[in-house]
Amino acid sequence: MDATPINAHSGTPGEPTPVNYLNVDYGLKSWLLTTDHKRIGILYLISITIFFALGGIFAALIRLELMTPEGDVVSSEMYNKLFTMHGVAMIFFFLIPSIPAVFGNFLIPMMIGARDVAFPRLNLMSWYIYSIGGVFTFAAMALGGVDTGWTFYAPYSSTYSNSNVALTAVGVFILGFSSILTGLNFIVTIHKMRAPGLTWFRLPLFVWAHYATSLIQILGTPVVAISIVLVALERLLKLGIFDPKLGGDPLLFQHLFWFYSHPAVYIMILPSMGVISEVIACFSRKRVFGYPFIAFSSLAIAVLGFLVWGHHMFTSGQSVYAGMIFSVLTMLVAIPSAVKVFNWTATLYKGSVSYQAPMLYALGFIGLFTIGGLTGLFLATLATDVHLHDTYFVVAHFHYIMVGGAIMGYMAAMHFWWPKMTGRLYPEGWAKFAALVIFVGFNLTFFPQFVLGYLGMPRRYHVYPPEFQVLNVMSTAGASILAVGYIIPFIYLLWSLKYGPLAGANPWQAKGLEWTTPSPPPPHNFERTPVVTEEAYAYASKPYPEEAEVV
Amino acid sequence: MEQGVPLFPEAASTMAGKVDALYFFLVAVAVFFAALIFISLTVFALKYRRRSETDVPPSIHGSTPLEIAWSVIPLGLVMIMFAWGAKLYFDEYNEVPADAEEVYVVGKQWMWHIQHTNGKREINELHVPVGRPIKLIMASEDVIHSFYIPAFRLKKDVVPGRYATIWFQATKTGRYHLFCAEYCGTGHSKMKGWVTVMEPAEYQAWLSGGVVGESMEAAGERLFNQLGCNTCHRADGTGRGPSLVGVFGKPVRLLSGETVIADEAYIRESILNPNAKIVAGYPSPTIMSTYQGQISERGILQIIAYLKSLSKEERSQ
Amino acid sequence: MSETHSVLAHQFDDLEQQFEASTLGMWAFLITEVLFFGGLFTGYAVYRSQYPLAFAEGSLHLDYRIGAINTAVLICSSLTMALAVRSAQLGRRRSLIGFLLLTMLLGSVFLGIKVFEYSHKYHEHLIPGINFVPPHEFIRFHVDPQQLYVFLSFYFAMTGMHALHMIIGVSVLAVLVVLAWRGRFSSEYYNPVEVAGLYWHFVDIVWIFLFPLLYLISRS
Repeated sequence: MDATPINAHSGTPGEPTPVNYLNVDYGLKSWLLTTDHKRIGILYLISITIFFALGGIFAALIRLELMTPEGDVVSSEMYNKLFTMHGVAMIFFFLIPSIPAVFGNFLIPMMIGARDVAFPRLNLMSWYIYSIGGVFTFAAMALGGVDTGWTFYAPYSSTYSNSNVALTAVGVFILGFSSILTGLNFIVTIHKMRAPGLTWFRLPLFVWAHYATSLIQILGTPVVAISIVLVALERLLKLGIFDPKLGGDPLLFQHLFWFYSHPAVYIMILPSMGVISEVIACFSRKRVFGYPFIAFSSLAIAVLGFLVWGHHMFTSGQSVYAGMIFSVLTMLVAIPSAVKVFNWTATLYKGSVSYQAPMLYALGFIGLFTIGGLTGLFLATLATDVHLHDTYFVVAHFHYIMVGGAIMGYMAAMHFWWPKMTGRLYPEGWAKFAALVIFVGFNLTFFPQFVLGYLGMPRRYHVYPPEFQVLNVMSTAGASILAVGYIIPFIYLLWSLKYGPLAGANPWQAKGLEWTTPSPPPPHNFERTPVVTEEAYAYASKPYPEEAEVV
Repeated sequence: MEQGVPLFPEAASTMAGKVDALYFFLVAVAVFFAALIFISLTVFALKYRRRSETDVPPSIHGSTPLEIAWSVIPLGLVMIMFAWGAKLYFDEYNEVPADAEEVYVVGKQWMWHIQHTNGKREINELHVPVGRPIKLIMASEDVIHSFYIPAFRLKKDVVPGRYATIWFQATKTGRYHLFCAEYCGTGHSKMKGWVTVMEPAEYQAWLSGGVVGESMEAAGERLFNQLGCNTCHRADGTGRGPSLVGVFGKPVRLLSGETVIADEAYIRESILNPNAKIVAGYPSPTIMSTYQGQISERGILQIIAYLKSLSKEERSQ
Repeated sequence: MSETHSVLAHQFDDLEQQFEASTLGMWAFLITEVLFFGGLFTGYAVYRSQYPLAFAEGSLHLDYRIGAINTAVLICSSLTMALAVRSAQLGRRRSLIGFLLLTMLLGSVFLGIKVFEYSHKYHEHLIPGINFVPPHEFIRFHVDPQQLYVFLSFYFAMTGMHALHMIIGVSVLAVLVVLAWRGRFSSEYYNPVEVAGLYWHFVDIVWIFLFPLLYLISRS
């Protein structure tokens, strides 16, 4: 691509704007047919934002309904559809693609000094597949919705539900391929496209985290794909697989479903952990404490993640011995998770800590992930899980991981790399304020749900006993604060696209190859292929003051 | 309804106190580690805040002893959690006391249908005596439900196509919530009711009061004859099928050479799928046809109650 | 879009890197496929252990001779595919096109036989959900028709999913034939043929498992 510099876009008056991936070409076609990993990242950013908004609206309606114990805002049918579509939109169409498809796509090639991912056209195809899956699911919602819960448990989903199960299933099935192809692309890219000198142990931890995520994507997604196909076949053709009336076994569905969907939780959280490692290092100006331990704990989580699916089934009637095995394996997941948290905390020690918005989100992540992880132990412990399973305790726990963890990481990434992606700085004051609002709103929304859960309020309840009302009102109040917290960044980030100050190549004085190229980056990322001579996060070495003492 | 905001559930079974003790242990561990992380983060973040733009902190790579410490100590703690939780789980799900009184539960969209052995029926209500072990034998007519009594810290999914059994012993009289905890469709949140724990004498009065109707055994016997089971399964063993007197709860030798215990699941399977386990000495394939579609879950439970009574009679003779 | 006519895509440094990347990519994809079919095989294993007699009876309702012919057809197609890859390596354009067409032909024969088999099942009223009437007489074991139904469900789900992969494979080969016709491949650059070959062999291997598991279990 040897286009001449285009001097049309905004910038400092008088100076020509260098060619970058945004101004190299204009028009819808140049976006819809792009194979540039950075543009594909932006395409994903736009699509997942739509689903995030949609899922958020569903969540708001759910919380509104739960303000009172009676079912006075929406009907039971509608309520059941709301929580199902909230789950489907948020999990399959927002959280799973969020960090990998947007930031992974945008950053991995730059972080490893490559011009693009290994298979750029496949990458674009992934986005189209995502969009087609999205259209199917959206159609299922528009044509009356689906009410099985995002878990699609058979035989309710395969025989009894009167909603658009098959259409949604097709949407999720198609989406799965997008996830598989993204994972495949990353694995090959990370294996084969690293710049000279960039050994595995010089890779940023963000890349390690994505490598682990990609493994899960290519190993787990096909299993849920086939399970969902079987549900659809049972519904449409009356094949006998899961419904006991047709000779099938409903627990088989749960085994197959959770074999994927438990690792899927790690698809959502691992990339966030990668983000946190980058942000903590940058805003402490220190190498991440215990780099190899964080790198390997990502792989350990990915591997253990495949061995613990049965912990969703402690009360289902699987044998008590199977329950014990799954419980002990689940306990082991706590170790790599704890190792990460301790290492991040230790990274701050003797650092030079500054509190820009990405760092606030990262610190928030560590706190909330700690609570989410520790409450996970309550559910891994057999006897307490018997009481807590399918109550609001579970709802609170996984929202601490997925919203408190994954979305905090997503927001940290958004602020950290926004200058790199757009070339503009966001308004720091507003960003700090929004981070605070989100943190407060989040805790007020979900902490009361732990209490509700131990009290015994089951999840997916449209009406509930009146003594649970006060805690539910607190939760709804928190949700409205949280909503404001998400709307503020949406506004100021858009504003910054036009009015934000120019960022320069490296506004955070961060390490990492992506910061050595201009913001926004040129179409092929680097003028020349970089050569890497030092480990990641070498904050103590040049180009900072010469008198730098190295311990 | 009581006033105020409850923050902790009532504990009304022998299991509840034990689960709560484990829960408090977990809370203590969680609070300790959360506090450790929050305090360290706050202290480090304040103490090592950036003082000048040219700060260059030391390069620290890590510390293997620390890594080992913060892997091994949590590992020890989670293993305690596991062992403690597993012990209680085993007691709760596997160790049903032999003298437990049986109650039959059928879940269907969207109600709990409950029948006591003497035939007394209730819907979305369960009356039990205090201080006596109760065993619930549960089945589902349609989708998966889950029988949940928070005050007993007890829950079990009721999966169609198989029996779920649990037991409990109430320790406090009163009325407690009964919920369906597994999402089962439109009326899921209305599939709830009350468990009433009564003094034994009061319970006996309740049990025999009102419209009782036929006992489970009697209903089972009637079905047994109505469906023609008795033409082959004759009590004296001269029929074309094995006699079912004294079979329940005993080991049965199968044609395949295996031995199985004739429990509820075995009886149910043999009614719905007679070829699955053929008794030694009888032809394979069996001449018995399936009763799938001809008998409801409740009917099967009644036949099981009848077969159980045949075993009890034999024992008392 | 500045895709040059060179066979080296812009993101790679050299042809070797490109070749390694596409081969690794295909292997990763095949691992995905293994897990995809793995879900089906797991389900099969669970039900076969629960309903051994019904599965044995069910397999007697399938014609093992047709299955054997199809196995032979597929093994031959793997051979022709391997020869196609070799022709590509040696840069022999005409024999490459010839072997690709032959592979497509054998794949189509397989699918044609499958269609014949399915239609036969339709006349026997043995297609779950669409046309199922419990057979009047069982061939060897008197089993619950519901369990036979489960076996047949797995038969159609597994062979149907396999046939879908065959159709995709034949379509991919068709694209390769066109590309080969236009002279896109040379002894330097033939990795599309190579990775398509990996895929084709994989689909073949799946059938090697399906054939005994579905057709032969009661004939041992």
